[in-house]
Amino acid sequence: METEKYNNMDSIELNISAEPENLSVARAVVRQAASITGVRESETESVTLALVEALTNVIRHSYDGPCKKPININFSKINCHDNRSALEITVRDHGKQVDPDSIKGRDLEDIKPGGVGVHIIKTVMDHTEYNKAGDCGMQLRMLKYID
Amino acid sequence: MSNNLISTPEVIKAVKHHEDKVVIALTGEIDMKCSGMIKEQFEDIFTHEPGCVIVDMTNVAFMDSSGLAVLVGALKQARDTECDFRISGPCEDIRSVFEICRLETIFQIYDNIEQALS
Repeated sequence: METEKYNNMDSIELNISAEPENLSVARAVVRQAASITGVRESETESVTLALVEALTNVIRHSYDGPCKKPININFSKINCHDNRSALEITVRDHGKQVDPDSIKGRDLEDIKPGGVGVHIIKTVMDHTEYNKAGDCGMQLRMLKYID
Repeated sequence: MSNNLISTPEVIKAVKHHEDKVVIALTGEIDMKCSGMIKEQFEDIFTHEPGCVIVDMTNVAFMDSSGLAVLVGALKQARDTECDFRISGPCEDIRSVFEICRLETIFQIYDNIEQALS
C-alpha cells in the first residue's frame, strides 16, 4: 500500500520490554496517539484492543512468554494513496520469524478459549500486514482510517 | 522501565454470595497480566458447586482476548457442572469484544446486575 508520512507530524515511538506490565503503558500511548491523529472516539478502544492483541501475541508466540526482549512500536499519521489519512501502527519484535501467510485467525465456530487475537486485529483494523523484519523478528503494520 | 512504576489495579473487586448465586465483580482493565488471577478465582468458585455464577463487568473498562478466554473457560466449566453462567453490565466496548469473536449469543449477557440476579 502506497503511503506518505505527513511532514508536519512527528511519529511517536514506544519501546517496551515484552512484559505484561507494559500493556497498560501501551494502552495509554495508543489512546493518546489516536486522539492526536483524529481517530474517531468511538473507534479508539478498538484500535487499543488491536494493539494489545498484537503485543500479547508477540509476548506469547514470538518470545514464548514474558521476557526483557524489546518490542518497538511506532505511531504515525499517514496520507494514503487514495488521499485518505490514517493512523499507522507498526509493532516490531526481535523473536522468531514465521511465514507471514501462516498468521491467520482460527475458526470461530469452535468455541474454545484463546487463539482469537489475529481475528480481532484483522476485524477492527482497516488494513493489516505481517512481514519478516530483517534477520530476526516480525513486523505487523496496521492502519486505521481517520476520514 | 521499572515495573514498580506501573500498577494494575486489583481486578477482582468483590466475590459475594446471593443465596445459590455467586457474583464476582470485576473492575479496571483485563489483559494477560491479570487474567490468570481471574481464572484462579473462577476455579475456586466452581469447587463450591454454585447454582449460578454472575460476572459483573459494570466497572470493567477494557478487556482483551485473554480475559475473553478466561470467560469462555469458565462458561465451559459451568456447563460441565450444570451451573448457570451470566455476564452483567458490560459497556459497549466490552460487548463489542464478545461480538467480534461471535460469542455474544453463547453467553447470557444482562444489562445490569439487578437483571442478572432476577
